[in-house]
Amino acid sequence: MAKHEYAFYPGCSSQKGASASNYLTSVESMCKTLDVKLTEIPDWNCCGASIGYAEAGELPRHVMNARNFALSEKNLPGQEIVATCAACWLGARETRERLTHSDTLMADTREALKEAGLTINEMPNIRHMVEVLIEDLGFDEMKKHVVRPLEGVKIAGYVGCQTNRPFGVDGESFENPQYLDKMVEMVGAESIPEYDMKVTCCGGALAFSEPEKAQAQIKDIVESAYDHGAEMIVTPCPLCQANVEIYQGQINQRYGTKFNIPVMYYSQLMVVAYGGSAKDAALNGQVIKARRLEEIAAKPVKR
Amino acid sequence: MSANTALAEKYRNNFLKEIEEQVEMGDWVKMCMQCGVCSGSCPTNFQSAWEHPPQELFMMIRAGKREEVLTSSSMWNCTSCYNCIVRCPRKLPITHIMHGIAEYAHRLGMAPKMQPTRFFSGLFWKNCTHTGRVNELKLSMGLYFKDGLGAGIKEGMKMKDVAIGLLKAKRLNPFELLGGHKCKDQKGIQAMLKKAYEIERSRKAAKMAG
Repeated sequence: MAKHEYAFYPGCSSQKGASASNYLTSVESMCKTLDVKLTEIPDWNCCGASIGYAEAGELPRHVMNARNFALSEKNLPGQEIVATCAACWLGARETRERLTHSDTLMADTREALKEAGLTINEMPNIRHMVEVLIEDLGFDEMKKHVVRPLEGVKIAGYVGCQTNRPFGVDGESFENPQYLDKMVEMVGAESIPEYDMKVTCCGGALAFSEPEKAQAQIKDIVESAYDHGAEMIVTPCPLCQANVEIYQGQINQRYGTKFNIPVMYYSQLMVVAYGGSAKDAALNGQVIKARRLEEIAAKPVKR
Repeated sequence: MSANTALAEKYRNNFLKEIEEQVEMGDWVKMCMQCGVCSGSCPTNFQSAWEHPPQELFMMIRAGKREEVLTSSSMWNCTSCYNCIVRCPRKLPITHIMHGIAEYAHRLGMAPKMQPTRFFSGLFWKNCTHTGRVNELKLSMGLYFKDGLGAGIKEGMKMKDVAIGLLKAKRLNPFELLGGHKCKDQKGIQAMLKKAYEIERSRKAAKMAG
């Protein structure tokens, strides 16, 4: 039996061939090392994300998340739900909070769920993967597995919005959360605590609908990382990762900048530091290649 | 009588009450003390994207400026960063109120038709509820082709390099166009959502009647 077991809510962007498929690959490798067992909630559905608001309404949105709770309860009773995606985590947590606080909303949700042959008896705990790492395992446990420290690599910890607000990780401040910097240090790299764009919004869905507005934000986020001497950026959020990475070419055209900085997931850094290969860490999933990490991943492991 | 006219008639001269009863989290609007921290914390407000930032919208609601509020493009500039929520000294769930007003304006057909984020928001919800999971390729294509074929090809060409980058990294799958990821119990999901909309509509109608 694994040390820690959870019901897993991977989310749409983590699926094969989707924009955060590299996130999932690296999380799977990371969990193997840490003896964390994630069991996918069978037939889970989309959380609706914040951007669905024009037509989601209140009840339909919560019912979407509640269906996942019901499936988890039915198939993986007693397990907490873990999400890797910031939006999935936020959406599910928000639904949990609203249903817990309103008997009417809870009753209405149960009535709608009945149509899909499902019900909720107990409200599950909703955790983000970084919460599991920090709270259930702890930094000491995470560090124990480092066999290939990312020495000399300077990394800007970009926390972004939705893993930080409105819920955030317990004990962290909204304005200056520290956990990502600690994770950077934990893998043996150099963190940049004074990186002043760590909680700036990447523009979210506006990167699709109104790119000029989102790209103005992304420019600040990348520029500040360069100004602080970072050679890569790390984030816990799939949309932050994609937005900050894939539009750098367009931003260069728009602003005459020369941005070309890799944007990684915390799990990728951990897999490389844990002795995993470039493939285990899904480094081939980067649009802007993290050459320095690829070199480190090719080195022999210090045991 | 259209839904909009009926609601305007019912709540005549009391737009605040209309927002309180018909908009998600609308009953919080009266708690705003006009400090402006929300407006100063909004990332897109810094780019002058908001015709009326949140605290201004709240005052306009109290002043009964129904037409101006509901036809405004302002709320659609929300990036869902939740900065306003965590900073509001009176703990108003501002992000949700903005989404709520936007949804209400959209429901009444008063939201600006050409506002791109309004379009994308509706598209996203339809996309993710259609099969239970997001189809990223169809979502992007739907956005680029919103103004027709010619404009779509032009938009698509602008995004060419981004798409090639993602294709090479295996984070974009052209075969998603033919089907893609989906839930097994799509029938259950549709039935459940249909019921949820029914319940929500009847609750709002009851408030209006009461």
